[in-house]
Order: sequence, then structure tokens, then C-alpha cells
Amino acid sequence: MLRKNKGARTVTTNPDVHIITGNKAAAEAARLCRVQVIAAYPITPQSSVVENLAKYVDSGVLDAEFIAVESEHSAMSVLIGASMVGARVFTATSANGLAYMCEQIHWVAGSRLPIVMGCVNRALAAPWNVLNDQQDSMSMRDAGWIQIFCRNNQEILDTFIQAFKIAETTHLPVMVCYDGYILSHTVMPVEVPTQEAVDAFLPPYKPHTVLDPAAPRNINPVTLADPRPNADGVLCHGYMELRHLHHAALREAIDTIVAVDNEFGAAFGRSWGGLYWDYLRADAEVLLMAAGSLASEATAAVDALREAGVKAGVIGLRAYRPFPDDAVADAVAAAKVVVVFDKSLSYGYEGPICADLRAALHGRATSPAVHGYIGGLGGRDIKARELVAATCESIEWMKKNTGRKGTGWVNLQL
Amino acid sequence: MATTALTLPETEYMLPGNRACAGCGLGIAFRHITKALDGKCIFVVPASCLTVLGGMYPTSSVTVPIMNCAFPSTAASASGVAAGLKVLGREDTTVVAMAGDGGTADIGIQALSGAAERNANILYICYDNEGYMNTGTQRSGSTPLGAKTTTSPALGKCEFPKDVPAILEAHHIPYVATASPSYPGDLYDKVKKAKDLRGTRYMHLNAPCPSGWQFAPKDTVELGRLAVETGVFLLYEIEDGVFRLTSRSRALAKQGALKPVREFLELQGRFSSAADAAIDAVQEWVNQRWKRAIERHAE
Amino acid sequence: MSKSDVAIADTGPLTFNGFCEIRWHGRGGQGAITSANILADAAYRAGFKGVTSAPSFGAERRGAPVTASTRLSAEPLRIFSQVECPDVIVVLDESLLVTARATTGMKPRGRVIVNSKRAPDALPVPEDFIVAAADASGAAEELGLIIGGAPMVNTAMLGAVARATGLIGLDDLDEAIRNAFSAKAAAKNFQAAKLTYERTRM
Repeated sequence: MLRKNKGARTVTTNPDVHIITGNKAAAEAARLCRVQVIAAYPITPQSSVVENLAKYVDSGVLDAEFIAVESEHSAMSVLIGASMVGARVFTATSANGLAYMCEQIHWVAGSRLPIVMGCVNRALAAPWNVLNDQQDSMSMRDAGWIQIFCRNNQEILDTFIQAFKIAETTHLPVMVCYDGYILSHTVMPVEVPTQEAVDAFLPPYKPHTVLDPAAPRNINPVTLADPRPNADGVLCHGYMELRHLHHAALREAIDTIVAVDNEFGAAFGRSWGGLYWDYLRADAEVLLMAAGSLASEATAAVDALREAGVKAGVIGLRAYRPFPDDAVADAVAAAKVVVVFDKSLSYGYEGPICADLRAALHGRATSPAVHGYIGGLGGRDIKARELVAATCESIEWMKKNTGRKGTGWVNLQL
Repeated sequence: MATTALTLPETEYMLPGNRACAGCGLGIAFRHITKALDGKCIFVVPASCLTVLGGMYPTSSVTVPIMNCAFPSTAASASGVAAGLKVLGREDTTVVAMAGDGGTADIGIQALSGAAERNANILYICYDNEGYMNTGTQRSGSTPLGAKTTTSPALGKCEFPKDVPAILEAHHIPYVATASPSYPGDLYDKVKKAKDLRGTRYMHLNAPCPSGWQFAPKDTVELGRLAVETGVFLLYEIEDGVFRLTSRSRALAKQGALKPVREFLELQGRFSSAADAAIDAVQEWVNQRWKRAIERHAE
Repeated sequence: MSKSDVAIADTGPLTFNGFCEIRWHGRGGQGAITSANILADAAYRAGFKGVTSAPSFGAERRGAPVTASTRLSAEPLRIFSQVECPDVIVVLDESLLVTARATTGMKPRGRVIVNSKRAPDALPVPEDFIVAAADASGAAEELGLIIGGAPMVNTAMLGAVARATGLIGLDDLDEAIRNAFSAKAAAKNFQAAKLTYERTRM
């Protein structure tokens, strides 16, 4: 990097790098993916995603229909309709907005529509709280969507572009999850690729089924549990077979997520680890695991732990559904303990990522202990030093105890 | 020149052997609607009797495309279809949202109001069989006063039905109309007119239901006629805010002689134990509506 | 990592160990968040690879005290938790020095940059800190940067930040301001920053 003291500037920073929020990065991605129909309803902290898109549509930068609906349920309904006739569609929401569209979240997945949605993670009411945790998207984990978490704004932009490709390859909807405020409202450097580069990576959407009077179909009618013959006597799937195919597609998506991230890396010079990413994992005895921006914060905790002589590392989960059980179980196999930090809770049990990791490790000949911590609920700030403290607590516990450690809470002040 | 049974197109879009109940008023209506649209349409249908009529996967009893949608989402889903067709340059296809009265007056009213406020380019048709008939005759916001349902089992419903066309009129959309399968020419002509308009068009159909209203399936057309002749259901259209009675209601306005509502109600088991006071209340409700309709009617 | 050529003779540029946190104090509507973001952009243009800027999270009310934080680093940033111990605070409304206890958590010898007509040593700031003062309101008024009857001091104060910290140069600021505003508005805002830069006293 050069810099001249007087006269013309010679600092050479990349002109394609913009200092933007996560929400702006999401909107830029949707623009670059040439989405054709956008429907949205305002909710904090999502709103500026669609405000930016409305601006692009109004000013003619993006050739799309922007529909300002009267609710999140209708936002997703509009997208379902538009996707059914073959349009590429987009929306974003948060927290109670996601909860309100819950019925349609399931409808989209059951319809196998390649809808991409941003979930700007926020705490669910009651009581009201507009700040970050991940309870909202976690509460939709069993709806049949792909869910990918992002750690910074560059990853948000890149993941949305990947998401359309993943969705249109697998015929599955993708929820791109990123932390409200912590990423959505924080500016940081983001390289915005050119339209040409994105066009080369993401071809126009070719739907597999289109509603058209020229070839009439009745889509999603009543479907019985058992297979039934069609008018030509050919036996067709029952409801249960359709569910099996849906599940199988999600399991196959594990490979697609990796392949698309690799392909993206080859095209743009950046990739994000596919299913998960790691930091100083190779010799780590203690692994800190989280999803989203907290996993990034954990790398600073690991630096501090390493300085104190603890061989620590990070596993950052990108794909939460499908859950990359084998990949993650392999990745943590050599560690002594995995300390999982969940920003959400399966009430009455434990953190969902922690529970899923335990299940993934079950039955393996050797596997690390898994300790779960809940933190960051309702926007409670989590600092690297608090991650360090929780990790040290886990290590101390291991010295004195065996068996299963109960769920810990980061910075709980009862 | 009004369309009659003799001048209707012969092409059928509804196949024999569909799964509607015997004597279903919706079935008669759907047949004429699809003829008026000449098959160039996409139907968006929530959970309703029309879902049942269309058949079960993997067979279909209709030869027009149907997109089934979630119960509260009909108007929003349809406006999504319309937006998709617009961006894809396929605007020659009419998007028809078609839902029952529960899916329209109750659970679907929010999405319908939103779509109408945005003037989404859809034709929304509510077929009003005055209750949740597909799920076993529960009370809806459109069930008339005095009607017994499984959720108003003893006294019959104690409230008047919502006036959904009036709600839609308050959204200042280009076209609001009512129609009845017992007057298929009028129904056909109104759908044809609505098809050629842009923006949100709303039609409200009276759909006699033998099982829910408790009458013999052979009497469906007769019941639909009596609904109009007693003034319980009025045939009209509101085009750019101008209200006109049409067809039989228009003729009755000229003659000025509605039959007593009792003649319509006593043919239906659901009113069998309605008190005289309830029947009188319905008569008064009809009288007031009829008076206002005649005042508003523009020739 | 290159540092700005701009230094202030009597205090020198801010001691910089590859990491710096700046907290902005303003009132809702004064544009603290915008200027915190512009500072991040300018710092990136000046060669910092890691820059973030974030508002204090939650609802913002016009007139109520707000903060925003800019974090600068020689390397890409990996932490996004809230800034606790800033190296620098920028105060758009000097009443916040007392009422919002703006210097809370500041590192010793940190810099306090205040929009004020008063001399630095006349401001109610504890002695641990180095104080700079600049009449950004005056500069904004001179240039007609008035919105809703109040001078827009946020961009003007960026000039004071450049002068009092040496973290960014005026040319970096010019570029970042142009990234944030239309050409016409950018010119005026940069003029205000430049004027304030020249009038900064320490």
C-alpha cells in the first residue's frame, strides 16, 4: 500500500470495496442476482434490506416488481405465487415476522420452491426485544429449508449469491441467517462483485414446473398418505414418499453447499468453508463452536487462550440445516472438549447446536466431551473475554468431573 | 346482449366425475366461470370446497391450472402469481383467486384487503356458501342470522353476515359484482367483463350448499333463485363506483315485489328452528338493504 | 500500515498500535452514526484493512443521547462486540460531556474531541485526557449546512477527528464523504470538514 504525502492520492484501495452494513450487502446481493419479484413487510432490524431494494426498483437499477405487502404471511405468499410461475424471488424478515410467516415457511419447503430469504436474526417476543439472538431462525429449523449462517458482511453478500445457486440446484428454499445489528447495522469492508461476474456464476432461473394454461396442472392438491395411480394408471407418490424425497434432497444438499462454495471460490477468489469453517483447529484440544458473528468473536478468544497456553481453536458452523453431522463430527474428533455457544435455546433441553453436535457424535468410538453454553440472548453483548472465561470453566470442570456437564449461561446475572 | 344457456361456449374445463357434492352450487358456478375465462387463466385456491372439487393428487378434474395455497393467503398468493407473470411478460393470463366465504370474509380478509389496496391485478371470486362447509358446517363471518351450524348449534347464529362486497367497494377497486349460479348468463357476462379489466376485481357469488343449508340436492337452482327473489341476495355490479342492479334483481326493482324471506328460509333445515323474531329480523335486514339498493341503482 | 501525514505539532499523532476504537456521542438526528460510518470509510481509504462502525443498537429517538462506535485495525476485524474502552471520543454536543458522562471507559491519555466554541482547557473533561475543540457548528452554519433549523455538525466534526488524531487525512475524508453524499452535498460537507480541521484547537 503506497501513500504520497502531498498532491494526488496514491493509496491503492480496491474501488469495488464498499464500507457497508450487512443489510446493504444483502440488498446488493439480491440486486446482483437479478431477483424479479420482491415482497416484504417492515420489521427491525431487517427493514433496510428491502428499503434498499425498493430504492433500486424505483430508480430503475433493478428490473423487478416490488410489492409492499400488509404482512409477512402475505410477503411469503406473494413469493410463492411468483415462484410458481417461474420468477426468481426474494424477501427478508426477522423474529416475529418470521414467526408470522411460519405457515408459509413450511408451504415453500413442501412446494420445493427455490426461494431465498434473509433472516436477520433477532430475539422473539414476548417480551419485546429488537436485538440479536438466533431463536427466530432456530425455531424454523424443522421446516425443511436450508439454513446458512454468516460471520461477516462479505460472507452475507457472497452467501446470498451462493444461496440462489444452491436453491435452484436442489429445489429447496434457503434461509441466509445473519446477526441483527451486530452485522445488519454494522458497516465493514465488502467487495461488491461486478454484474458480469455474478451473471457468469448464476445463470437465469429455469423452473422445473411452471403454472401455465397451455399445460394445466393442479399443484399441491390434497395428497393422500399412500401412493395413488394417475389417469394413465401409473402409481404416483403418496404424501409420505414426497416427504422422504424432500428429506433426501436436504441430505444431498450437504454436497451441493460445499460444491457451490468451491465454485464460488474459483470464480470470485473467496470461499467460506462450505459447511463449516475453522480457526487453529489442527492441534486444538479445546474447540469453541458457534454460528454467525459469535464464531468470529471466538477467534479472538482463541488467540487469548493460546497466549495463555491453551491449545484452542474454533469451529464456525455455516450450514445448520442440513446439519453436517459427519463433517462436523470428523472435524472435532481429535479435540478433548467442544464448547458450544448457542444464541438460542430449545426450552426445556439445551442449545440446539449443542444438542445436534452431541447427536452427531453419538456412537463414535472416540469423541470429545460437549459442553453447552447459552449466551447473547436478546442482544446481551458477548465479549471474547467472556468466551475465554466460559472455556476455562469447562476445562476446570473436566479436571474434576466426568460425564455430562449441564448447560452453562454466559454472563448470567440472576 | 346477455348470454343465455343457448349462447354459452361449449368447451368444458370441468370434467365429469369431479369431487363436488351432489347439487353443489359452487360446481355450477365454476363451470360457467371457466367458460367465461376461455381457459386462459390460473386459479389460486385455498383450502375450501373448490380444493375438494379439483380432485386429489395425482388426478385433477379441471383442465385449467390450479395453484393450491394456504388458507389465509389467497389474495396475496394470487398477487404474487400476477407479479410473476408481469415480470415474465405473460400478462395475457387472467389470475383468478377463488375462495370460500371463510377464506375470504374471515381468515383471508387481511390479505384480500392488502391486495385490493395495492390494486393487484387479480380477479378475486368469493363463492359464499355461508359457512365452513368443507370442514363440516361451522359458522363463518358470512353465515346469516338465524342459521344453525355446528358452532352455533342451539340458537342459530345471532349476528348478521359481513357485507364483504361493501368492504371491497371501500377499497375503491375498479369492479365489484355479485352473481349467482342460478343466473348463469349474468354470472358468465360479469366474469367476462371483469376479465378484461385491470387491477383488483371482486366478485361475490351466492353458492347454495345442499349439505350445509340442508335442502335436497335437486333444489340448488331453485334455492339460488329464491335467494334473489326474496332479496336475501342481490345481483348487482359496481363499476368505477357506479352501482347497478342487474339481471333478476334489476327486474324486481322495476316491479318492486320481493317475495317474503320466509319462503326462502323455510326450505332450509338450518333455519328449521329459527324463532319468528329471527325471521322478522332477517326480513327487516333485507328490506333495508333493498331500499338502499334501489336508491343507489343507476340505470 | 501507513499513517496520515497530518499531525498536530504540539501533541503528535495518536499513538497507534494497529488498533483504535472511537466512540461518537451525539443526539438523535445529529448524524453521529453517519459520521461514524464515514470515518470507517475514510480509514479504509487511508489503509486500515479492518474497519467497522456500528450504532448503539436499538431504537433511536430524535434529541436523545446516542452513541456510535468506529473500530479501526491494521488487520481485518474479527470482533463485533460493543466498544467498551475507546481510545478517542467525538462529542457532537458538548452538554453530553457531563449529562451522558461521555468519557466513561476511555483509555488513559485518550483523546476527547468536542464540538465547542470554547477553548479545550475550558471544557469539563478530566485531566487524564487530551482535549481538542472545534467549532463545527459555526463551520456548518457558515456553509449553510442547516437541516430542520439545526446545523449539521457531523461531517464537520470529521475534520476535527482528522486533525486531532492523524488517523485519516483530508483526502481520505474527501473520498469517504463523496461515497456517502451526492456530488453537490459532498462538496459542501467536505468544505465544512476542512474548515473545522483548520480551526481545531488542542
